[in-house]
Amino acid sequence: MSEPAPASTATEQGAALLDFSDVQLTYPGGTTALSGVDLKVRRGEFVSVVGPSGCGKSTLLRIASGLETVTSGDAHVATDHVGYVFQDATLLPWRTVRQNVELLAELRDHGRADRREAAQKAIDMVGLTGFEDHLPRQLSGGMRMRVSLARSLVMDPELFLFDEPFGALDEITREYLNDELLRLFAERSFAGLFITHSVSEAVYLSTKVVVMSGRPGKVVGSFDIPWDMPRDPEIRYTAEYAALVGEVSHALREGHDS
Amino acid sequence: MSAPEPTAAATLRLPIRGGVQYWAPPLTVAGLIIGLWYFVSYVFLDPSRSYLLPPPHEVIAAYWDPAFGPDMFEALWNTAIVALTGLAIAIVLGVSWAITMNQAAWVERSLYPYAVILQTIPILALVPLIGFWFGFDFTARVIVTILIALFPMVSNTLFGLKSVEQGHRELFILQRASQWTILRKLQFPAALPAIFTGMRISAGLAVVGAIVGDFFFQRGTRGIGGLISLYQARLNAEPLFASILLASVFGVIVFWFFGWLATRMIGRWHGPI
Ligand SMILES: Nc1ncnc2c1ncn2[C@@H]1O[C@H](COP(=O)(O)OP(=O)(O)O)[C@@H](O)[C@H]1O
Ligand SMILES: [Mg+2]
Repeated sequence: MSEPAPASTATEQGAALLDFSDVQLTYPGGTTALSGVDLKVRRGEFVSVVGPSGCGKSTLLRIASGLETVTSGDAHVATDHVGYVFQDATLLPWRTVRQNVELLAELRDHGRADRREAAQKAIDMVGLTGFEDHLPRQLSGGMRMRVSLARSLVMDPELFLFDEPFGALDEITREYLNDELLRLFAERSFAGLFITHSVSEAVYLSTKVVVMSGRPGKVVGSFDIPWDMPRDPEIRYTAEYAALVGEVSHALREGHDS
Repeated sequence: MSAPEPTAAATLRLPIRGGVQYWAPPLTVAGLIIGLWYFVSYVFLDPSRSYLLPPPHEVIAAYWDPAFGPDMFEALWNTAIVALTGLAIAIVLGVSWAITMNQAAWVERSLYPYAVILQTIPILALVPLIGFWFGFDFTARVIVTILIALFPMVSNTLFGLKSVEQGHRELFILQRASQWTILRKLQFPAALPAIFTGMRISAGLAVVGAIVGDFFFQRGTRGIGGLISLYQARLNAEPLFASILLASVFGVIVFWFFGWLATRMIGRWHGPI
């Protein structure tokens, strides 16, 4: 990955925390997952990415987090505070909720008292107060995902990456967690990059929705979402919302066919 | 860190082990085996050949026979010490060996073949040799026990260390955790269920190993294996069967103990082993 930009530009309002230009990634096996991808995520933006499965969405996040290195092009990430929520909750089954939420801070050698306090705050924030000493196997899928969210929140990320975090959850839980995420986004001013296969989720959550084509993935459409944050859940039942979902779906289908 | 919360303990209660439902099937099987045993002793075998399988109560009576009982329990005690010493060493050695191999692919390539050889080598053929090298007493018997019990510890631990999910590993890598931290906080805890499974298998094998040791080494302190071969030579059927039974019961107890230990240590998050 490339050098982080100087701190002064990074902390400026509206500066791009993530800046990909002409990114290409070919895996060792020879699969080219991404080709010619341009993507920016600024502070205060919540960008969702939709695209057919296998088009390199996860690869995008793996590059942003530093787990993969681009084959060519530039991938700038202007912060060290990157949160990454995987598709699975990836909780350690032998740790309690509290111990799981403290994990990342513990690995970064944060002081015991500090991480305890930060963990409690994060647990309260995702609505798991009272479940601190439960083990993952005692929780529902939605609760586990919230623990995973809290685990990243402890690190107070500036750039938050989400890889289809609610894909495995039922509709009600997903809508509920969507609203929680929006509330968190309003409270903490992180920049978000959110992968999903649900167009309506993307439109509801984001300030911008990006559509990718099939493999090798590239950006084929970008839609600004007009409503203010935090969002009124009722917008989901408006005609404008339906129209936007329709437009994005249409672009998705075209990208898929091309 | 923190004490277990009562709610967590309550929701994790294991299947009830007191009920008739739980004990009826194994007791029925035990009854059938004893029934079959009586049938063979009294009906199937000619009275002149009853020494081939004396009836259960006569075998059990041997434990109270002053001529046999004290000898048997003393011999079992000697064997138990050998088995448990050998097992303890096999556990420490096996886990260390696996952790060493886990450090790098080339280390594993270099060391794994020897773990496999442990498994394939005809240990019975080696036993007399070990006697010549290390004497016929405690040390030699412990070594035989280790040789027999080591492999499951090595292979299970290695399997456990490698069972870590990619997502978990990346979670640690993203925080730039060192290999040592990953071993301590991720791989080792993740390997515990496999390690306990290995311990259970090795425990059974350690008992077999200790018995094989003193079965072959007639010199030195007498263990239950030595006693078995003595009774065999003298055609003392009742104490022979009684000591075989005693050795098996000891093996079962050790096996159960490790199951119990595993459930106690990791049952809360992993469920019973
Ligand atoms: N580690 C890897 N090695 C080789 N190919 C991979 C690897 N990870 C992903 N791929 C391939 O790259 C493509 C994009 O994968 P991914 O980014 O996971 O897609 P998405 O998340 O959009 O479903 C797929 O064809 C996948 O098979
Ligand atoms: Mg994916």
